[in-house]
Amino acid sequence: MAQATLPPEVLDDAKARRYNADAAGLGRLRAGAFVAPALALISLFLVFPALWVLYLGLSNYRLTGAAAAAPQSVGFDNFVKALTDPEFWSSTWLTFEFVLGSAVIGQVVLGFLIAWIMRDRTGPIKRIVEGLVILAWILPSAVVSFLWVALLDRDGGTLNTLLHLQDFAPLLDHPMLSIIVFNIWRGAAFSMMLYGAALGNVPPSHLESARLAGASGWQQLRDVVFPHIRGHVLTNLLLISLWTFNDFTPFLLTAGGPDGKTEVLSVHVYQVALQGGELGYGAAVSTVILLINLVVAVFYLRLLRSKK
Amino acid sequence: MSAIELRGLTKVYPGGVKALDSLDLVIPDGEFFALLGPSGCGKTTLLRTIAGLETATGGAVVIGDRDVTGVQPGARDIAMVFQDYALFPHMNVTDNIAYPLRIKKVARATRQQKAAEVGARLGLEQLMERRPGQLSGGQQQRVALARVMATQAQAFLFDEPLSNLDARLRLEARTFLKKLQHELGVTTVFVTHDQAEALAMADRMAVMESGHIRQIGTPAEVFQRPANTFVAGFIGSTPMNLLDGVVRGDTVDVADCKVAVPESAEGLLRDGEKIVYGVRPEYNVYSAESADGSLGGTVSIVENLGATYLVTLDVNGVPVQAIVPEGREPELGDEGFAVPRRDRALIYRDGELVSA
Amino acid sequence: MTRFVLRRIGFYVLIAVLLAFFAVPLLWLASAPFTSDPTYQVRMPDFTSENFRALFDNPYALGSLWNSVLLAAGTAALVVVFATLAAYALSRVRLPGRDALLYTLLLLSSIITGTAAMVPLFQLAVELQLIDSQLGLILILTGGLLPAAIFMMKDFMDSTPKSYEESARVFGATPLQIVRHVVVPLVRPGLATIAVWAVANVWGNFLMPYLLLSDVEKQPAAVIMYTLYTEGGQANIQLLGTFGLLYSVPVVLMYLFVSKKYGFRFHGGIKR
Repeated sequence: MAQATLPPEVLDDAKARRYNADAAGLGRLRAGAFVAPALALISLFLVFPALWVLYLGLSNYRLTGAAAAAPQSVGFDNFVKALTDPEFWSSTWLTFEFVLGSAVIGQVVLGFLIAWIMRDRTGPIKRIVEGLVILAWILPSAVVSFLWVALLDRDGGTLNTLLHLQDFAPLLDHPMLSIIVFNIWRGAAFSMMLYGAALGNVPPSHLESARLAGASGWQQLRDVVFPHIRGHVLTNLLLISLWTFNDFTPFLLTAGGPDGKTEVLSVHVYQVALQGGELGYGAAVSTVILLINLVVAVFYLRLLRSKK
Repeated sequence: MSAIELRGLTKVYPGGVKALDSLDLVIPDGEFFALLGPSGCGKTTLLRTIAGLETATGGAVVIGDRDVTGVQPGARDIAMVFQDYALFPHMNVTDNIAYPLRIKKVARATRQQKAAEVGARLGLEQLMERRPGQLSGGQQQRVALARVMATQAQAFLFDEPLSNLDARLRLEARTFLKKLQHELGVTTVFVTHDQAEALAMADRMAVMESGHIRQIGTPAEVFQRPANTFVAGFIGSTPMNLLDGVVRGDTVDVADCKVAVPESAEGLLRDGEKIVYGVRPEYNVYSAESADGSLGGTVSIVENLGATYLVTLDVNGVPVQAIVPEGREPELGDEGFAVPRRDRALIYRDGELVSA
Repeated sequence: MTRFVLRRIGFYVLIAVLLAFFAVPLLWLASAPFTSDPTYQVRMPDFTSENFRALFDNPYALGSLWNSVLLAAGTAALVVVFATLAAYALSRVRLPGRDALLYTLLLLSSIITGTAAMVPLFQLAVELQLIDSQLGLILILTGGLLPAAIFMMKDFMDSTPKSYEESARVFGATPLQIVRHVVVPLVRPGLATIAVWAVANVWGNFLMPYLLLSDVEKQPAAVIMYTLYTEGGQANIQLLGTFGLLYSVPVVLMYLFVSKKYGFRFHGGIKR
């Protein structure tokens, strides 16, 4: 032992950090380099636009004309304009109807219903029903939108043919109802799968003991199933509300018409800012959308944390 | 092959938890050394600090005559078998064994040949093309061993090498591992929480508790003369009887009985002193008749251990255990007497062994 | 007994209604491509190949599918590479501010949607001269998908034992060797999941290419599909059927592949 006389020493920082303690010995420098490209893209194309939208909302920026060359700050004028504009409020109300009707009520109820009646089944019926529901969900939005245009067409649409109706044009006569039903059809799969997974986690012994105690189907649902899946219901509600709120697909069906009867906020922003060229005003509306998203997302993340 | 020496080794985790508290330890060249202790005692941290996977907060690790405290794990010239073996699931057995050589830039043909040699030595010839997922636990363990053998490192580190095997295989692997280590003669440190495993395999062992080494010694020393009540309670498949007593001349009052002062403590005790009297059930001789210096009581439990029985006597409210050979086990409720062997009984003062 | 029969009948009626609701809108896509002179109405197909010939003669249809492939493959490649590198570093190294960063990423990915950011993104693209640039669109799409991808990938990394890397490290492998030899092969299923997820997202995305690509030769299938049924007054029904079918088939195949190979892993945000 050449160094047997060395006294025990406390390592100074330099010695202790001479190499890296993570599993692969990557070290902070290289780890930083690994994260950098992703962060650069996210900053440029996600964070920066979000901040830029705040700035735009305070300016009179336009796509063309004098204000395009030299935009000026107009303070909160755009927000004042939006909040006093009846079109903004009608659009907000339509969005509320759309989210409430298609997501909060439609997809949740239909998704749960399918998951519940299919819960102990196997075989072709389950596979066909689930396959069709998922198919409606995975097909590209441009394709399914056209399929519904064809389905609901006034002259030769399949719906009119099947029901032997004439001159019934849902997209013109009941445009809001049409996009709500469409979105229920389109999005029920997510809720179905989430509730399917949740119901699979309800311990069968709990259901059996409730059945032994003589509980009816409804009582089993209320006393055994619901307490187990409460967290899933909330998760599901928040996620599909967020998605439906930001969904641009109604544009593909009705382009906001007729007469702005389906101009939900996502379509409204497009019409005002990119068709009408009022970027400043459009940005103010986008800011409102961002804020609503933020509230829902923070609520959702708090829920996730409390679960852990 | 090299010795391993630890000097004042300390590891404090960022949260302030002291996992290793100024440990000193010398493991001579070629020794099979066990680190034993309950979970959370720091034994795995110690092994990982020797490997360099944890950085020491203070002190030094010396392998051979080289201070490697600040050296990368890969440059310490050691090899390690992980608890889950860490065989790469996407490589077959040959590639797994040859991986250390691939890192050392050994030519492909040479390293395949070397892998085949080592594999053959451990009886893996038929399995060289398989993936780890297609191997049994015992086979996986042998591949992991072959992989460290291929490195020709100065020292081997095994983290709980047997814990992933089922009970029957574990005994077989124990024998195999001990034989292999003796043949190779490479300094080897292994971690275990199973005292029987440590006693069976190790040349010497260290018993650890909350970041401290409580005793270092050969298995026989640790078993027969535990240095403190912690080790006494931890070692042995049946725990040692540790009975409160008071010294009365050359006898000790234990559970209202009088037993003789053990040989190891003769002349070292003060009259009237409070001590703990320790005797392993194996060294407690049971008899149905009363004798001088015996612990007498009623038989409250009889447990079958196979060739022997573990008998628990209720001695005036204090449970005392003794091992009885088969065929001589008493009935429940019998009157029974246990006579501790004077050459094996021990005295603990303030938790530490009293001895010359 | 009658109660039981009634329940059975009720059950099958419910199933029939559900099947009709989900199947009827899809019928057109199954029949029209194979029917001569298709209209909006669903008719028994006579299995003509005429519609497919018309599709191949169309100057933009096949090109747009190719554009979709380019966009999807490019975005998926960038997302997989950058998300994997970032997720590995975030999973294994205690970078300062890591938890805050992850939380912010999760928040960003859910609040900054195409809808909320279309105005500034359009403007940014104008300023950076990325309008009508497929590469620009790929970068923008990548930026949007990365936060969620990093999150899913980090989940994957966190569930992979560290002992593989440590083992390689004790044998003397350098960090980059460890990533190449050990980490990437170990998380291959995760890489595939992220790639499929990214492709599915880009393939169906309408808003971003609609905003940022005005040159019809560069537009992907989503935009061309929309153009086919909205522009020129009359929808080109003959093309829409075959085109819609060709455009849909890859997603269905991908879904079948993923659910067969990996089982359907329920990631909260597998599709948005």
